[in-house]
Amino acid sequence: MSFDIILLALVDGVSYAGLLFLVALGLTLIFGVMGILNVAHGALYAFGGYLASTLVQWAMASGQAPTVVVVAALLLAAIIVGAVVGSILEIGLLQHVQHKDPILQLLITFGAFLILEDVQHLIWGSSPYTASEVVNRFGTVELFGITYTAYQLLVIPLVALLIYALLQYALRYTRIGKQIIAVTHNSEVATALGIHAKRIRLVTFVVGAMFGALGGSLAAPTTSLVPGVGTDMIVLSFSVVATAGLGQITGALIAALMIGLARALAVYTYPEFEVVVPYLIMVIVLLVRPHGLFTTAQARRI
Amino acid sequence: MAAKTAAKLLVGLAASAWAFGPAVAQTKPETLKLGITTFLSGSASVFGVPAKAAAEIWIEEFNAAGGLKGVKLAPTFIDEGLGGDKFLSEYRRVAQEAGEKVMLSSISSGNCNTVAPVAEDLKVLNIMWDCGTEKVLEDRRYKYVVRTQANAVTEMVATVVFLLRNKPEFNSIAVINQDYAWGRDSWEIFRNTLLALKPNTKIVAELFPKFGATDYSTEVTRLQALKPDVILSTSWGGDLDTFVRQASQRGLTKTSQFVLPLAESSLERLGAAIPDGVFVGARGDHYFLHPETKNNPKHKAFVEKFRAKTNAYPIYPVYHMVAALEGLVAGYEAAMKKNGGNWPTTDQLAEAMHGIEFSGLTRPVKMRDDGQGLEDQLLGITKKVPEYPFPVLDKMMLIPADLVTTPVGEKSPTWVKTIKSDILQSPKIKTYEYGK
Repeated sequence: MSFDIILLALVDGVSYAGLLFLVALGLTLIFGVMGILNVAHGALYAFGGYLASTLVQWAMASGQAPTVVVVAALLLAAIIVGAVVGSILEIGLLQHVQHKDPILQLLITFGAFLILEDVQHLIWGSSPYTASEVVNRFGTVELFGITYTAYQLLVIPLVALLIYALLQYALRYTRIGKQIIAVTHNSEVATALGIHAKRIRLVTFVVGAMFGALGGSLAAPTTSLVPGVGTDMIVLSFSVVATAGLGQITGALIAALMIGLARALAVYTYPEFEVVVPYLIMVIVLLVRPHGLFTTAQARRI
Repeated sequence: MAAKTAAKLLVGLAASAWAFGPAVAQTKPETLKLGITTFLSGSASVFGVPAKAAAEIWIEEFNAAGGLKGVKLAPTFIDEGLGGDKFLSEYRRVAQEAGEKVMLSSISSGNCNTVAPVAEDLKVLNIMWDCGTEKVLEDRRYKYVVRTQANAVTEMVATVVFLLRNKPEFNSIAVINQDYAWGRDSWEIFRNTLLALKPNTKIVAELFPKFGATDYSTEVTRLQALKPDVILSTSWGGDLDTFVRQASQRGLTKTSQFVLPLAESSLERLGAAIPDGVFVGARGDHYFLHPETKNNPKHKAFVEKFRAKTNAYPIYPVYHMVAALEGLVAGYEAAMKKNGGNWPTTDQLAEAMHGIEFSGLTRPVKMRDDGQGLEDQLLGITKKVPEYPFPVLDKMMLIPADLVTTPVGEKSPTWVKTIKSDILQSPKIKTYEYGK
């Protein structure tokens, strides 16, 4: 394995890790606060992607839309999906099963996932959707004699890092962030201290849903959205979350990078292993540290 | 007493069945049930849904025109996306319904392998209408299973012929196919054919990303570093769209010659994302701008009806569906003619299906003794034109199926290794410019 290959794999891996991280971040945030492993997160990713490509196509249909508008369409898609679908899921379903068995909660989110997949099929049908126009807007970058799209090389990793930094800042220094952490610690005590825990859970869920949808809407320019796209993402992002330890935000970032890089290296050296690499990493980590790489003994989970 | 009467009755019934059974002409049914399997869910629904629309258009029109000697066709659609046991039990349920029925199955080669022996057991005619695997009909002789379209060997050998005719000088090739039966098998055939015709070709990469992969960035980087002269991909649907888009955004299509044997089904979706100069195939001679049949009134009218219903141009599975239905009608007509104008039994129909010739919307298909249809192959080179918002095929080549299909009784893996380069010069291969 030459140095060149490692460099190239590094570049490829980072872009992939960016998307993976955004989706895993939503999943892990929701788990941290609500204790629910939200399988319907995969559907939020798909909805974000589909809505983003629809919005971008609309923007393009009305003549040459400026790049700002096209990028805004991606963000808008994530916000709409997170706010609408996220609220429906939280208020309509999860609030009612808050104190029930975690297995039941898991099954309910799984049921919601299946229903949402059918809804997505009803709205967008079976033809592949994309928003590839966005990628062309950012042009290409030449690196080590290889052409990359600036969108994948720069935009996605930067957005992922920005979201990470914003979230860390919000959790530490804003009122609502501190309330989220308090609820994570202990919902009952937080309520006793005057925090509206029910509202905090809703806010967290909607924000987490927006991250999932943002993963989808940022992926829409580079990929083709087809039925079933959410299933793959939920499985992969679950392996990131499990590797990192449930509820670990920084851990998810590192785990996503690990998996992204390992996957890229596999394509270079043993392409047959590409598919299995994320799960291989997960299994090895869980064998050594059953609660994930970054879980510490403390009670606080985010 | 009652038991005795019942026993007598039974004996009598059995005797009359024996006496009249073979002699009585099959009574004409009221409707002919068609069990059509197609993907209505999952990523392959990019093929299945247009094919279903095609079946609906064709059947509606056929029934309105009087049906099959007055017998109306009644389709039941089964979703191949159900997969495995669920799919098979649905198939069995429809195939075992009372009354006259014929099965059209399937898109997936895996499903063809599954249903073929079942249809043979149930003695129900099964027309394989879209699946590619050549192994089904080579490994076993079926009485009730036929295929009204080409198989993977015809398609891949024709692709190699097209590549070598249009780009005879190249040294290296890389492949990037989906990691499942079709991706692996089609490469096996392509590689063996290519090495038989051009033994010095260097294979620099064999990539099989996951079926349904959403990102090919790493693969594109690797291919850019390797700089192969030719890149082959037999992928389809969203996978192909994503790969082609990512490759052309990063300039890979400029440095390597792309060969995409299934891309006819992606042209309209990809639009401007697919550059000029890509070698594209259509799994048969299917193309709405087919140089020989584009002005044929039947073809033209169908394209318009299909566009009105689905808002898209027909793609190859649409043509495969129409071919299967036309083939079935031709089979019934041939069987009836042989049966003195009477409605045929399933056995007579199955026999007639071997050997008939029929036309779908493009060139005629000839059914061989082994049940394999000989369907000619159309390939072309993408070119942007002002008339359409997506590239059309230029420098089209029509390659006759008998030239590039394993002969009856031979096995494809050995046959493709014996192909001689004189097929490249065959006068039966015709070329056409776009618009001519």
